[in-house]
Amino acid sequence: MANELTIGFLPLVDACLPILAQEHGFAEAEGVSLRLVKDMSWATVLDRLLYGHSHAAHMLAPLAIATTLGRGRPAQPLSAPFVLGLNGNAITLRPDLADLVCPSGRLGDPRIVGTTLSAFAKQSAVKGKRLRFGVVHRYSSHNYMLRYWLAASGIRPDHDVEIITIAPPFCADALEAGEVDGICVGEPWNSVAVERGAGRIVLATAQIWRRGVEKVLAFREPVMEERRDQVEALIRALVATGRHFVDPANWDANAAILARSEYLDGSANIIRGAIADRLLLERNGKPVHYPDFMFQYREAANFPWVSQAEWLYTQMARWDGTGFDASDAAKAARVFRPDIYRSALAGTNEPLPGASSKVEGSVGQTTVVGTQQGRMTLESNRFFDGKTFDPANLEGYLASLT
Amino acid sequence: MRIAIVDESASRAAVIREGLAVLDDCEIYVVTERRGMVARIGEIAPDIVLMDLGNPSRDMLEEYFAVSRALARPIAMFVDESDEESIAASVDAGVSAYVVDGLAPHRIRPLLDLAVRRFNAFARLQADLDEAKGKLAEHDAVDKAKRILMDSRGFTEPQAYAELRKTAMNQGRRIAEIAEALITAHKLLGGA
Repeated sequence: MANELTIGFLPLVDACLPILAQEHGFAEAEGVSLRLVKDMSWATVLDRLLYGHSHAAHMLAPLAIATTLGRGRPAQPLSAPFVLGLNGNAITLRPDLADLVCPSGRLGDPRIVGTTLSAFAKQSAVKGKRLRFGVVHRYSSHNYMLRYWLAASGIRPDHDVEIITIAPPFCADALEAGEVDGICVGEPWNSVAVERGAGRIVLATAQIWRRGVEKVLAFREPVMEERRDQVEALIRALVATGRHFVDPANWDANAAILARSEYLDGSANIIRGAIADRLLLERNGKPVHYPDFMFQYREAANFPWVSQAEWLYTQMARWDGTGFDASDAAKAARVFRPDIYRSALAGTNEPLPGASSKVEGSVGQTTVVGTQQGRMTLESNRFFDGKTFDPANLEGYLASLT
Repeated sequence: MRIAIVDESASRAAVIREGLAVLDDCEIYVVTERRGMVARIGEIAPDIVLMDLGNPSRDMLEEYFAVSRALARPIAMFVDESDEESIAASVDAGVSAYVVDGLAPHRIRPLLDLAVRRFNAFARLQADLDEAKGKLAEHDAVDKAKRILMDSRGFTEPQAYAELRKTAMNQGRRIAEIAEALITAHKLLGGA
């Protein structure tokens, strides 16, 4: 059907917007019908997108960039006109390690936890027992956030510690079996580990980068061009869903829908915790409120800032060991498509930033940006180490990191 | 050539293995356990890895192929772009193939074709089995509904069946659906 869009997703809380857009009729109200296809690995979500089983995908932002650059497979240009959410991930350590580096009962301070962990990780490495961390994919924000935090804390990833890939549903198993000492994964999988007593949540990734880009809605570029009307209708539907999603009145109902077997197939209670920014950090503890753990709507959260794509590219260059390449950087930047976002929402009340890039990690409390309707105030988007990322000087930024 | 079939479904792996057994000079290994998978594949040192598309370990395995120094020869996705069509067919059939660097396409294609046919055959078998199971369940429901009518209204078995059939025809629905509805209603009213 011409107005039907098939969207691939992984069972994670941040697949919420497309799922709920269909369930609550926001998609239908915009004249599109969504068919959601669940898979268990990013490789399969990507295969379905590239070989035409799906029109769009819930996708790790760095994976959309890596695919465009041809890392690991032949290059295929992908486009992300909409960010499905910021942050929503956490770092969970096995309980005995957590007790060494972080006081219990609350989230740790990323600087202090990092410094303490650094000393312990180096001791372990000397003893020939490098600490091992699991992330959900090599090309994931989880990998880049974890590495950013470790490196800024004096721990050399791939040297002092080992980082491996584990599918989200197996993260708790791996912690329990002692295959890894820590995981960086999205919800509900940290909480699953906590409930089993296999781990304790010590940090939210939002503490590492307060407004870190996470999943995007990705299309093959030619498909996005061909189906432009439906794509723009879908963007409007997703924004309406986001507004509904952050309203506490809807949290119970939304958690119940997402928990269903065809979607996350999990506990509505845990999912509600993530939606409400309330995390159970340790078994038998009390949920702790950490505002903006997930960030799905406010401050034009879904606007694909080109500077976010560029930050991800700098991390890719840093950790793939390929070094900086200006043409790759330009291709990576072009994956994020604020022009499509603006076109879809022109004439609505949604704030449309006038600029497409901003300095990320501005240290001040708030930033004011111009929008087509006036001005919008952005809260702090700082990195935990106080560094700023100026998209005008990618190479300089990369050099400053080493 | 050494082929590793990675599939959490042991029965599907067996069907694929049997299909590939016709190939000359191929050694075939089946890996169904997720635990220790990477080490096992390291031991096998395959030229080709065939993995079902739904396997949740794909990301982990791709990462291993990409960065591991443990394998003597690097394994890539089946990425010869001239073989786009073969890849599309394999994705449609639900199989992902990883091939050791430098293996000639003319050696890969017949093998992949065979694997795709086997995956498709398995999917058809599965669909037949699901259908048969569904029919069996429907049969059970009709039997149960007949018994409810026989107990509650003193019908003989043929009368009970005739009643179900008549209701189904009047409502334009299938007998199994009427039977399900009757069972549900019976349960709600406190029947066993």
